[in-house]
Amino acid sequence: MQMIKDYEMVIGLEVHVELKTKTKIFCSCPTTFGAAPNTQTCPVCLGLPGTLPVLNGQVVNYAVKAGLATNCTIARFSKQDRKNYFYPDLPKAYQISQYDLPLCEHGWLDIETGNGTKRIGITRIHIEEDAGKLMHDDDRGTMIDCNRCGVPLIEIVSEPDIRSAEEAKAYLQKLRAIILYTGVSDCKMNEGSLRCDVNLSVRKKGTEAFGTRTEMKNLNSFQFIGKAIEYEYRRQVEAIEAGEKIVQETRRFDASTGKTYSMRTKENANDYRYFPDPDLPPIRLTDEKIAQLQAQIPRLPDQRKKEYMEKYGLSAYDGEVLTTDMAMADYFEKAAEETRYPKLVANMLLSEVMRLADGEDDVCKIHPQRMAALATLSGEGVINSATVKKLIKELWETDFDVAEKVEREGLAQVNDEAIILKWVQEAIQQNPKSVADYQKGKKAAAKAIVGKVMAASGGRANPTVVDRLVEAQLNG
Amino acid sequence: MKEWINRSVWAHAQSLAKKEYSAVELTQAYLDVINQREQDIHAYISTNAEYALELAQAADGRIAAGAGSALTGIPAGIKDNMCTKGIATTCASKMLADYVPPYDAHVIQQLQDAGYVLLGKLNMDEFAMGSTTENSAMGITRNPCDTSRVPGGSSGGSAAAVAAGEAAYTLGSDTGGSIRQPAAFCGVVGMKPTYGRVSRYGLVAFASSLDQIGPLTRDVRDNALVLTAIAGHDKRDATSADRGVEDYLAGIQGGVSGMRIGLPEEFFGNGISADVKEAVLAAADTLEGMGAALVQVKMPSLDHALSAYYVISSAEASSNLARFDGVRYGYRAAEFSDMDSLYQNSRSEGFGAEVKRRIMLGTFALSSGYYDAYYKKALQVRSLVRADFDTAFEKCDCILSPVAPTVAYKIGEKTSDPLEMYLGDAYSVPVNIAGLPALSMPCGTGEGGMPVGMQLIGPAFSEAMLYRVGYAFENGKGGK
Repeated sequence: MQMIKDYEMVIGLEVHVELKTKTKIFCSCPTTFGAAPNTQTCPVCLGLPGTLPVLNGQVVNYAVKAGLATNCTIARFSKQDRKNYFYPDLPKAYQISQYDLPLCEHGWLDIETGNGTKRIGITRIHIEEDAGKLMHDDDRGTMIDCNRCGVPLIEIVSEPDIRSAEEAKAYLQKLRAIILYTGVSDCKMNEGSLRCDVNLSVRKKGTEAFGTRTEMKNLNSFQFIGKAIEYEYRRQVEAIEAGEKIVQETRRFDASTGKTYSMRTKENANDYRYFPDPDLPPIRLTDEKIAQLQAQIPRLPDQRKKEYMEKYGLSAYDGEVLTTDMAMADYFEKAAEETRYPKLVANMLLSEVMRLADGEDDVCKIHPQRMAALATLSGEGVINSATVKKLIKELWETDFDVAEKVEREGLAQVNDEAIILKWVQEAIQQNPKSVADYQKGKKAAAKAIVGKVMAASGGRANPTVVDRLVEAQLNG
Repeated sequence: MKEWINRSVWAHAQSLAKKEYSAVELTQAYLDVINQREQDIHAYISTNAEYALELAQAADGRIAAGAGSALTGIPAGIKDNMCTKGIATTCASKMLADYVPPYDAHVIQQLQDAGYVLLGKLNMDEFAMGSTTENSAMGITRNPCDTSRVPGGSSGGSAAAVAAGEAAYTLGSDTGGSIRQPAAFCGVVGMKPTYGRVSRYGLVAFASSLDQIGPLTRDVRDNALVLTAIAGHDKRDATSADRGVEDYLAGIQGGVSGMRIGLPEEFFGNGISADVKEAVLAAADTLEGMGAALVQVKMPSLDHALSAYYVISSAEASSNLARFDGVRYGYRAAEFSDMDSLYQNSRSEGFGAEVKRRIMLGTFALSSGYYDAYYKKALQVRSLVRADFDTAFEKCDCILSPVAPTVAYKIGEKTSDPLEMYLGDAYSVPVNIAGLPALSMPCGTGEGGMPVGMQLIGPAFSEAMLYRVGYAFENGKGGK
């Protein structure tokens, strides 16, 4: 399919993030996830006649923090509007959102791409309330759970600056990292506290005008987002090449088929009849208040990444990965402070530790001081990488003094060439087949000999010395 | 019996304190009047004698313990758009005919704290949309002064109940004149407080930026008493004013000497009937005779205020009433085939004609492509109206005007022409648009011996001053 290369995709993302407030946006009901249906409701969030919304101040604080962390301009004056439409999960038949005066505008964030750093614009961030959840049951019909009604959300709208599924994923990952740093949301995609709508159009490369876009709603995993984008891109290009017109519409991604399906076209779209909610006074923010919120934001991923690259000589990639999770970055900083070999700390975290953590919440169960001690011993050549691996595994289970254990159990690397040579010669004697293979030209057979030597040394032999001596003996 | 019950809240409170009669006796007396008069008047949608007597008994206990307040044991009626926990709150609509709220409105809590006695819930135009109480799905209410006439609306039941002696006082709500106009038509006193003075929490919304709850009473002092009990900040209403409540009774006898009372010529121009004009101007003379100075002021935006009002109120109503969709509570059509027809049939059958008219009007005004021409423009007019009042209040302390262009008219007389009905609100709506307080009180009689009402409009939070002027007029006019 040559023609697909003639097109580029133009993507803008709308991300809904559930804020981590204790109570809902307009009432004092709790926001806990997973409660029994309709147990976290009151007359206000049920929209009963006569009830009124009162804005939870924490929602504004959190949204402003998200805005500041993504380089937005914060509105000193904004308002809330009603978005009117009928749906059974929306008890008031309007959603309180923000229309023309959002809290935050004109922000951006940077992502790492194959071609270096790319800046993605953020059009706006506004606050709104979530709707309820419809549950379809074959026997009992459709049921409504209103627990989620009134849960506070921010909607983060990007500029159409994204050009590939990879960039979309990188943007989401960066956005998620930043939001997690600010502590305003836990961004759990599986619990719906981070949801993504994708707006996608295609155009011939080199052209300026945007094509007609479609919107794919509520994609709830990075994997789905990637698949949905790839499918929709291909679908649009094929349609255009076949002489069809792209219809502006909302499409649903079906994970089981990997395809997108039309839900409703713009002709059938709602006229939301936005207007300022008369029950809610405008939101006014002072410079002092904004400065106060700014001061509560911790050092963010990009700033830390830059520091790690400059101070510790980390690569951009390693810096990006280490800073994705603030707990990981904090851990790294703590351990790095206590050793002259911070880069080794980074290597251990990015390899052994990540493997052991395996996506669990605990970044690293090992005390950062121990990790620093390991790095120091490794950096000074006292222990070799095999021992480092072994000790990390052991430290994952129980805490101990690293240097003491190395001393007590004689784990120190053996650098003495006389001793190593003895092990090498024994290995060569005991493995004539490997030697024969090597001499027939199978250079890889040396690896088997090296393995035997390492085993004989209890993993302590200096691997560089072993390599050199095995090579010399086999060729000698 | 009828004689001792036809007294003010103030007088009842004195008598209850002196044990001249008990709250139970007083309540029973009102229940008797209700029994006698309801078939002619139909002020109430529902009454509950048993509950009323229960509350009266509790009130007697409080009074005996010396823990009573001015409203303890005094029987009241509440407009049926204020939520009462466990008691049906219908908004005079088929849509909510069986709706029983699980919570009390803020004003109900306030009155409960004061030890009130609830006689029942009062009739109104459906969802407070109307000027005659003829738009009620629960039957019409008749004017006690002449039962062939309308009591006004939308708080027609609230005004009629006070006028007929079926309650010592009542609460109404005023979005465009709904307390003041029925008060004028029935010859009682009604206050539309400053927007934000009384919490709207638990008032079923018609137009959120205009709605305000207020008292209807036999006289001005009673009105001040009741407003004292229900006014104040409520953190459940974000539009509620966070400021203390003045003592409305403290200065009520201060008189009008030296006050400047503004007469806006636009309120006495085209459309006003001669009897109303004459009575209100005579009231102005009376006030002048009591030491006030009359000054001419201008309200050039008056012509546009009415149009702006109907756009803003209908727009907000179209959104506020969207929740009545037949899904979780309220009326649900028996026949439907899918989600859309559930909505359509329930709303088509559940709402009356006037409510549907306003929903359609408001939906249109907010629609994409029309918003700027209607809603946005109406908000601009709103600013003009506010500015007009600000300018006027530089020249005067309060404004005197008629409440409505005519006295109460015959039942059925204006039902066929909604536009003509809307014109009757011209003098009352600017007050809501500007969020100001206004007191409506009788100032004479007009055609057919019907009461004429005058309106005293003041700057925001000037209720105490309005009561002072009203009290002076009420007590001074007899002496002349």
